[in-house]
Amino acid sequence: MKYSIFSLARNALSYHRDWPRAWRSPEPKKAYDVVIVGGGGHGLATAYYLAKLHGVRNVAVLEKGWIGGGNTGRNTTIIRSNYLWDESAHLYEKSLKLYESLSQELNYNIMLSQRGVLNLAHNLHDLRELSRRVNAIRLNGIDSEVLTPEQIKARVPILNTSPDSRYPVLGASLQKRGGVARHDAVAWGFARGADRYGVDIIQNCEVTGFRLKKGAVEGVETSRGYIGAKKVGVVVAGHASVLAAMAGFRLPIESHPLQALVSEPIKPIHHSVVMSSAVHVYVSQSDKGDLVIGAGIDAYNSYAQGGSFPVVEHQMGALIELFPIFSRLRMLRQWGGIVDVCPDASPIIGKTPVKGIYFNCGWGTGGFKATPGSGWVFAHTIAHDEPHELNAPFTLERFTSGELIDEHGAAAVAH
Amino acid sequence: MLLIECPYCGPRDEYEFSYGGEAHIVRPKHPEKLSDEEWADYLFLRTNPKGAYRERWCHAHGCRRWFNVERDTLSHQIIAVYEMGAEPPRAARKGGSKP
Amino acid sequence: MSDQQFRLADGGRIDRERPLRFTFNGRELSGYEGDTVASALLANGLHLVSRSFKYHRPRGVLSDGSEEPNALVQLGVGAYTQPNIRATQAELYQGLIAESQNCWPSVDLDVGAVNDFLSPIFPAGFYYKTFMWPKSFWIRYEYFIRKMAGLGKAPASADPDYYDKMHVHCDVLVLGAGPAGLAAALAAGRTGARVMLADEQMEPGGYLLGRKVAINDRPAMEWVDNSIEELKSMADVRVLTRTTALAYFDHNYLTLLERVTDHLGPDANGDRPRQRLWKVRAKQVVLATGSHERPLVFRNNDRPGVMLASAAQAYLNRFAVRPGREAVVFTNNDSAYQAASDLVKGGVQCTIVDVRPEPPDELRAAARKQNIDVLSGHGVISAAGTKRVTGVDVSSLNATASGYHDAPRHLKCDLVLMSGGWNPAVHLYSQSRGKLEFDASRACFVPGESVQAERSAGACNGTFDLAFCLSEGREAGKAAAASAGFRSKSSSSSPKVESSPETPIRAVWRMPPKDPGGRYNKHFVDFQHDVTAADVDLAYREGYRSVEHLKRYTTMGMGTDQGKTSNVNALAILAEISNADIPTVGTTTFRPPYTPATFGALAGRDVGELADPVRMTPMHQWHLAHGAKFEDVGQWKRPWYYPKAGESMEEALSRECKATRNAIGILDASTLGKIDIQGPDVAEFLNRIYTNGWSKLAVGRCRYGLMCTEDGMVFDDGVTSRLAENHFLMTTTSGNAARVLAWLEEWLQTEWPELRVYCNSVTEHWATAGIAGPLARKLLSELTSDIDLDSKAFPFMSWREGTVAGIPARVMRISFTGELSFEINVQSSYGLALWTSLMSAGAKYGITPFGTETMHILRAEKGFIIAGQETDGTVTPVDLGLEGMVSKHKDFLGKRSLSRPDTLREDRKQLVGLLTEDPRQVLPEGGQIVAELKSKPPMKMIGHVTSSYFSANLDRSIALALVKGGRSRHGETVHVPLENKVVSARIGPPHFYDVEGERMHG
Repeated sequence: MKYSIFSLARNALSYHRDWPRAWRSPEPKKAYDVVIVGGGGHGLATAYYLAKLHGVRNVAVLEKGWIGGGNTGRNTTIIRSNYLWDESAHLYEKSLKLYESLSQELNYNIMLSQRGVLNLAHNLHDLRELSRRVNAIRLNGIDSEVLTPEQIKARVPILNTSPDSRYPVLGASLQKRGGVARHDAVAWGFARGADRYGVDIIQNCEVTGFRLKKGAVEGVETSRGYIGAKKVGVVVAGHASVLAAMAGFRLPIESHPLQALVSEPIKPIHHSVVMSSAVHVYVSQSDKGDLVIGAGIDAYNSYAQGGSFPVVEHQMGALIELFPIFSRLRMLRQWGGIVDVCPDASPIIGKTPVKGIYFNCGWGTGGFKATPGSGWVFAHTIAHDEPHELNAPFTLERFTSGELIDEHGAAAVAH
Repeated sequence: MLLIECPYCGPRDEYEFSYGGEAHIVRPKHPEKLSDEEWADYLFLRTNPKGAYRERWCHAHGCRRWFNVERDTLSHQIIAVYEMGAEPPRAARKGGSKP
Repeated sequence: MSDQQFRLADGGRIDRERPLRFTFNGRELSGYEGDTVASALLANGLHLVSRSFKYHRPRGVLSDGSEEPNALVQLGVGAYTQPNIRATQAELYQGLIAESQNCWPSVDLDVGAVNDFLSPIFPAGFYYKTFMWPKSFWIRYEYFIRKMAGLGKAPASADPDYYDKMHVHCDVLVLGAGPAGLAAALAAGRTGARVMLADEQMEPGGYLLGRKVAINDRPAMEWVDNSIEELKSMADVRVLTRTTALAYFDHNYLTLLERVTDHLGPDANGDRPRQRLWKVRAKQVVLATGSHERPLVFRNNDRPGVMLASAAQAYLNRFAVRPGREAVVFTNNDSAYQAASDLVKGGVQCTIVDVRPEPPDELRAAARKQNIDVLSGHGVISAAGTKRVTGVDVSSLNATASGYHDAPRHLKCDLVLMSGGWNPAVHLYSQSRGKLEFDASRACFVPGESVQAERSAGACNGTFDLAFCLSEGREAGKAAAASAGFRSKSSSSSPKVESSPETPIRAVWRMPPKDPGGRYNKHFVDFQHDVTAADVDLAYREGYRSVEHLKRYTTMGMGTDQGKTSNVNALAILAEISNADIPTVGTTTFRPPYTPATFGALAGRDVGELADPVRMTPMHQWHLAHGAKFEDVGQWKRPWYYPKAGESMEEALSRECKATRNAIGILDASTLGKIDIQGPDVAEFLNRIYTNGWSKLAVGRCRYGLMCTEDGMVFDDGVTSRLAENHFLMTTTSGNAARVLAWLEEWLQTEWPELRVYCNSVTEHWATAGIAGPLARKLLSELTSDIDLDSKAFPFMSWREGTVAGIPARVMRISFTGELSFEINVQSSYGLALWTSLMSAGAKYGITPFGTETMHILRAEKGFIIAGQETDGTVTPVDLGLEGMVSKHKDFLGKRSLSRPDTLREDRKQLVGLLTEDPRQVLPEGGQIVAELKSKPPMKMIGHVTSSYFSANLDRSIALALVKGGRSRHGETVHVPLENKVVSARIGPPHFYDVEGERMHG
């Protein structure tokens, strides 16, 4: 049933008793052409594009819990494509472009709200890096501009732009097309879309091992039995190393908690997305009215989906220094997700040492914004057994050759 | 907030420590003899397990000494603490006690 | 309307000697000290407090505590205002001002209530299905949606209050000062253990505050008072009220938030903090956090005047407030009978509607004695009334509670009291990573096994009977103390109370609609977010069947109460719909904090100038007095340039640059990181750390070094001097000093313990004044008599010890400007004296202080790199053209990485110089370079400008850049396309001035 204001009105007459399921809940078949491990946004998007663009429809998405329950449902929903290096910019821009028509494409309102993303500079070094970044992004054909403190104040009047601030705001980059979206809706929309093409979405089905023969994959062992698969795409943010170990190899990945929190809902007061990587604060206000606030990653490896208190404490000081009027507002809920971090803070999307197994991992703190783009290139990679030019640089081999895509931003501070 | 038992100072809050990642990765004696793959393995590949993990910590805001910890990355239970260069204690293999 | 007409003539724990005035929605009202805003409103007969989030339905007070979903108010005004405060927790103070939220123009007449009429097209998740056309319009729809959403308002200015933090350790932390918690704290305290007892209410007692029960044949509150007195008399016991446990973290670490002065109002807090965050590491924890009564789910169960039975009982007994005149008490368990009995005694007429066909005989008999009608086996179908309940329709339930036997019967009332059973407050247990179990007979989730060192006791453990609460609390307290190493010295028994047998509840999770097949669209489950039983149904039908999907799709449990009254009802309804049992459906995760926590309190004092330490050099005051502009470098404040009156930045820089090249300039270089390294193996250590060789460095000499990370990328640079055979002094970039020290220590301790090397930070031991320029030697010669400054005796890249201006000093002849230059290091305390001596002795030579900007220009003229500006973690020494510094004879950190395929590429980005075609044109730093210009992006970029300045000495602009294959492109013209112009420049070598280095060697 197509979603629209008309179908809503029509269904109101029947008290909404006729809405169909957004996706089926089938029993797993004995075998599939492609099994996607991981029912997060990336996995569901991969299945959707496999079915829609590559005609691969005998596909299952296996999810150990409930779809969208990992980082898809735990992030701060920021979407942007203002990346420094060409490789990243192209990949994230592809994703942003897909996002821009995703609600219509999926007939599911993902509430993409392009309210602008500002990245603040607090010292001359930040400012230099910001200019470098904005110039690079612009020459890649992506919107980006530098704002002066006055322009920032006009856009975000509640931001402390006083020169006496401990973190004075010397400038900011702005990507107007950046913004936020409803994270759950991205997963659900892709699930519904994939389901319509016949993809089986199987929840509560944990992959416990791979069955290999002569270095090639034959299928996966799961909590619901063995499922054969010609190809297996693994997209399990927070567990990539665990799945890699099952397949017999290691990854250049470490798993860390990333924490986020929301305030109680308040009337609209903060209209854009403000990020300060120098002090590890990013904050937007959701449509529901709560301030959605992200922190930097916790230092130590962890698979527990909850972070350490000092990280939040530290972040609150910086938050209030930047937004003094937030001091009396209250934290409603805090949580953590597990992010898989690569040494160069860029993802790995491609083939692995095992034939037929493909990995899409290492998105670190930045996976949500990449969801449709990641699914799009991963579907291509699986369907063609070779990467699309957009993800060709994001191989596992780059760690051997040294051809890293270092998105850490500037490594050191100046003299 | 972990409570980490520094072998030199005793139990202290996580605040006081800095993290050093996986333990027992030995720097190759002759890097020049390694293939690119072997060098990449040393540089970047990590076990990153879900469960017991041997890792390095430094009591940065205390005695500044480095040491090893065996910790469960899921429960955050600390199974063992031992000095740099030491072998992990046997007891560590059986899983530890409650904090 | 007369004042407080619902206040009883006597009783309650309010202080009638202290009447208080307050304002609600502009109306002047009165109450007493000891009231909450909610009890004071009810005393004045006001039930309508707020409007709901989505449908703007009128809502009243539901509870008497922190679980309140409805009665949220905007408290206080101006900079002190606070949104979303639970009226049920906010204590009344003189002059308090509160307002309803989320309504316009008023809570009585709210335009937004139109949403209630439109609710048929706004079921759960409706927004996912619409607002998609036209594509560009979402942001406009969103504008209105955002306006409608949100609850209260943020203050418009900064917080005038401050917050504190306490770090404490204790043997036993007891959370909750109800009967179980008090019993636990007493038992633990009596062993001599260090005990902390915290409770979120204004006074201890927990649920006893709202009940009329006896302990040891005396009113229970006497026992509470005596217990507190005993606890306070113990040496190592701390009792905190108004203190909520927020979160339970790893290793028995908990955070508690104490509201120190909130209850006094903004004017009365003196100089005390507003709130205090307690960070507690407890050896053992006893959770005695009580339980929350569950609402029942029937049509229009959200009308003002519909409240929890226990809340009405508490308002009556604790606050002496009659919440209504005629009550229908709707229950599925025993506890509401006592509530009804108390209310009748308080003058409220009661009828009990019990879904159980056979409530216990004793209860029925007792009710009969008080003339309370008991309709057993009945259910409330719906409530009538809009802004206040006016009655209910009831009927007898069939055996499966799926419908009714009879036609509905209307009962008039102005109060409906719900008792749907009790949810133990298992939040903290769950946060401690414990797994919940379902207790079918009590129909609630209870704690399972302990994961951390904690125990649950009393109602939060599913133990609701007072006698059992007391004994369980006592046992938990004793056991906790014992585990912490304290044994009970004396044996004492639990106080005497009457115990009544508990009969099982009959869980009817949603009352059937009047007609078979009827609708559940006004059966509210989550009051705050307007989630109905029909929404749960819809979510299930559409496949959002995991309890987490249900929560996210319907927003159930996501309000400011985090589902304390709604979650269990919702998941039980989901279980019913899906024919699953409740434990299989499971709960959503209980995330911290238990109740919302003020951001300011989490930040504590780490705001304003304490947000991050500011580091200043010993000469800082001089710089300030001489008009320096500062730049932040890490935590340091460094002079950036020194404008004279009326001088522009360009003019100041030009003056500083020329003075240094032509006469003498002076720089405060104290911020450079300095690491003292000693031991017999330092040279070998430096060989491993730096890319170049150190074995042959003679005592008295200095050497420039580059260090790389193991992946071959430049990480830091600086000059290291050999002070003695086994003693070196390393300098690092200002912002990197701590990181470099940590780096050295890490390698020493973890990889090379055999090296006898010891490192220590001495950055702040030394102040450094650098004098540079052709007259530097002349000036220095006037101030020192014990250092031979002759170029042969004191050559470039060496250091000498002596006195300068009478101050013991280490003088290094090194240069970052390319001029003849001496860096004079003295003990920090002499820094300012040295500086002023140099300034006054140098006056006749025109000595000119210069800041970081001039330093950057001068070094760029020479092509010296800055780590962090010419490098960004992707640049090797070879890329910088410093292959001469990469030793071929030894291994060093990162060396192997320099021979990987990618680091061997010829077309890597390499450091070059750029000269713009127009010498007046200064390229912006960060400008991107293209070889092939196109009319518009995208364009292929081949590098970027890393440093760029106008050089007054060369009278033209200069720039350094990293360009792909740059070293083989010398002579090529490239372009830097900017927002609205293009600057063209020629590539050349990365140095522009005194290429031979005669000046600094001179």
